[in-house]
Amino acid sequence: MAGMSESTLHTEAHPDTDLLRVSTAGSVDDGKSTLIGRLLYDTKSLFDDQLEAVERSSRQRGEAYLNLALVTDGLRAEREQNITIDVAYRFLATPRRKFIIADTPGHLQYTRNMVTGASTADLAVVLVDARKGVLTQSRRHGFIASLLRIPHVLVAVNKMDLVDYSEEVYGQIVREYGEFAQKLDVQSLTFVPISALQGDNVVEKSGSMPWYDGGTLLHHLETVNVGANRNLVDFRFPVQYVIRPHQDYRGFAGRLASGTLRPGEEVVVLPGNVASRVRSIDTPDGPLGEAAAGDSVVVTLEDEVDVSRGDMLVRRRNLPTVGHRLDAIVCWMHEKPLDRTTPYLLMHTTRQVQAFVAELDYRIDVDTLHREEARTLGLNDIGRVEITTAAPLFFDPYAQNRATGSFILVDPHTHATVAAGMIRGEPRELEEAPRTASPNVRWEEWNVPRAEREARNGHGAAVLWLTGLSGAGKSTIARAVERELFALGCRTMLLDGDQLRHGLCGDLGFGRDDRRENIRRAGEVARLFFESGAIVLCAFVSPFREDRDAVRALVPEGRFLEVFVDADLDTLRRRDTKGLYARAMEGEIPEFTGVSSPYEPPPAAELVLRTAEFPVAESVRAVLDGLRARGILPANRPG
Amino acid sequence: MSSTPYVSPSSEPERHEPRPSYRRSHLAQLESEAVYVMREAAGQFERPVLLFSGGKDSIVMVHLARKAFWPGRFPFPLLHIDTGHNFPETIEFRDRLAESVGCELLVRYVQDSIDRGRCQEEPGPNPSRNTLQTVTLLDALRELRADAAFGGGRRDEEKARAKERFFSHRDPFGQWDPKNQRPELWNVFNGRKNRGEHFRVFPLSNWTELDVWQYIAQEGIALPDLYFAHEREVVRRDGVLLALGEHNRLLPGETAERLRIRCRTVGDLTCTGVWESDATTLDEIIREVASARVTERGGRSDDRRSETAMEDRKKQGYF
Repeated sequence: MAGMSESTLHTEAHPDTDLLRVSTAGSVDDGKSTLIGRLLYDTKSLFDDQLEAVERSSRQRGEAYLNLALVTDGLRAEREQNITIDVAYRFLATPRRKFIIADTPGHLQYTRNMVTGASTADLAVVLVDARKGVLTQSRRHGFIASLLRIPHVLVAVNKMDLVDYSEEVYGQIVREYGEFAQKLDVQSLTFVPISALQGDNVVEKSGSMPWYDGGTLLHHLETVNVGANRNLVDFRFPVQYVIRPHQDYRGFAGRLASGTLRPGEEVVVLPGNVASRVRSIDTPDGPLGEAAAGDSVVVTLEDEVDVSRGDMLVRRRNLPTVGHRLDAIVCWMHEKPLDRTTPYLLMHTTRQVQAFVAELDYRIDVDTLHREEARTLGLNDIGRVEITTAAPLFFDPYAQNRATGSFILVDPHTHATVAAGMIRGEPRELEEAPRTASPNVRWEEWNVPRAEREARNGHGAAVLWLTGLSGAGKSTIARAVERELFALGCRTMLLDGDQLRHGLCGDLGFGRDDRRENIRRAGEVARLFFESGAIVLCAFVSPFREDRDAVRALVPEGRFLEVFVDADLDTLRRRDTKGLYARAMEGEIPEFTGVSSPYEPPPAAELVLRTAEFPVAESVRAVLDGLRARGILPANRPG
Repeated sequence: MSSTPYVSPSSEPERHEPRPSYRRSHLAQLESEAVYVMREAAGQFERPVLLFSGGKDSIVMVHLARKAFWPGRFPFPLLHIDTGHNFPETIEFRDRLAESVGCELLVRYVQDSIDRGRCQEEPGPNPSRNTLQTVTLLDALRELRADAAFGGGRRDEEKARAKERFFSHRDPFGQWDPKNQRPELWNVFNGRKNRGEHFRVFPLSNWTELDVWQYIAQEGIALPDLYFAHEREVVRRDGVLLALGEHNRLLPGETAERLRIRCRTVGDLTCTGVWESDATTLDEIIREVASARVTERGGRSDDRRSETAMEDRKKQGYF
């Protein structure tokens, strides 16, 4: 090999660098492959023979420039069809860090692959095409990153060269995505304007965007805090293998899932609940004074304790949940859909148990983040389920502990991995007792009485409760009314069913009890805003009279305005903008209000809006008039 | 292997500096991951074997296997598929290693497969037995009823390998179906299978060539001399330098050269390119690898047969 010894050193060999696991997601159109190609090329991580192969392929395909995207295309089928089939792993090393990049395609089986790539990542690179702005796909990537709890999300606004390196275009994308990301659960969100094709701000700082004073994409990858999701608090040691070289040695081999361990510390072995003390933490390089999350070690105990693969060492004062029932989010990864009668094999840490999916609460539309009723989950679906296992598991919520909060489901016949699960906890039962104040909590008067707030605001506070069938126009009217009120200088707040179900009510399904609880929480939140002096607009299907009346009881008389947004079923079925009625009629959505679940119209609503007959503006006017008539809005304000 | 200081568990505990933090180097993380994968395979499979080629990656694998099950012995034999075209140094090293480790070494010969009519030698001079190995390997796995075979494959080696799983499923014909791989999430590995199927297990999946060399240096792992610069009779063929020997003779029109070379990978004489080099120590090799402009498989004529040569061979059940 000519020239090996005299070639310039581009990479110093550093045996002691950090490791950062990155996942990328996107399609060829986003320029994801080009970005990875650019990263490898500019950090000189591409070798001459790889580069030659890419040049050869580029020429064969009749492309005029070096197609960096070809660097990442692996399999024959991918080259032929110009797509990426599966998660591919790339490696990159700089003097500061070594990177493992899980490169996942955006086309086919996107959710399945993205979830796979995200499961081990510390950082997600989400690509946005500057010309197209924030598309559904970029939101989907962000959502999956937050679902899998990747601590860092980096939004690479790509193809800046094609928008004349415009600061405005970039700023608009940053605002839009930032707003969306508030709904997500990410620790850090960073934006970098780049051109993967031209190399701007990928590895080298761009001269074309003087208005951008942040670092390059690589700089961020090199400096972001690693191990942000490494749990060093809760000691969990799933036993992988028992090592018995001779009669006098019995060691438990495994990797610390989380926490730390020192010799002499007391541990408890699950499931037996037997206590002992750590005699030693052995490695071939010598015994350790302390082991931490991620270390593969052999633990010996002071006492003869029966321990085998699948058991877990923990601390007495820091126990995981031990139970047969899990509340979890699962991503379905197989063509064969979820079947509630199949006894799946559930693999969790080093344990394998039989499991049934007992309940399917809802499916999440990964594009709109809406929850929808579902009878089953198919390939790439994400849903909330309750699982019952044949033997107890020792688990933690995924949010606290990736290792003990994750599991997979395996088909008992084909042995295929059919689902990936993230545990939320044990399923919560609704207590039967009426909801009253918690014991020992004394009611305190509000510090600043509402009347004072109302005097300053110049208008009264109120709760407008819009109820009606799905698609009747509740949200549309509520949004329009709020805009009007805001324009008038009023303090307002809008609570929307979908919105609350993403956060506060994220643990609730669509059964009768969960619907009741959903409305109860919405009512309580509305009441807090009401006390802060706002006109609170609430748009909820809220099909049950009893639930609506419970909210009414929280607010002083005259301040709760029930608004019945009335549209007949025939109109709604005809309109069916979301296609929900059609699916409900097909039986795809169980317990769909108005089709397979009852709606109880209010007998004495303060206001009835017939949206089939009147335009939205008409309804808005009617609401505002209603507020004036009740003295909530001063009559002298125009509008 | 004598250079590896294994501490017996009964010896005096070593003094450990108080740890400044819980930070772990990338090598420590990669080692821990590989050990985890090996233990997981040993826990899930009944009869694993460790595929041993005599190359540096499989030597590192043996080292990791020793560490993973220490102070016990690793619970699987080494399996070497001998093409008969190896560097003699490889075979010597293999036998010495197995003896010093005290593990079982099983050898199956491609020549036997040819003699039994299971496969045919390529026509022409200096035939490559690279693809024939697959037949011998699959026959051996069936014969041993092995349900898992550890390999030293790494994802950085080749584009088809970039899509490999840690636990890679093989159908009853030993074939890999890249389009229908099981998703692998977190560190939950699904080793479930039907009778007759097996798994390839790749603990070094996330290692790069440089990581392997740095690890060899860190751990003081002994390697065959082939990896260090030495003088040898070579021939330049198709732009690659090949060592001459019993199974790789000069073709008409070729001339032998005597050069100072070393191997970056070690496979058969007929297909392993060697590199001109003066690197005689691990530090020099690491510097060389860090600055190399060509991948280590760039010298493998077996990969250069077509753009998807590796993918095609892997589908057939290759290593």
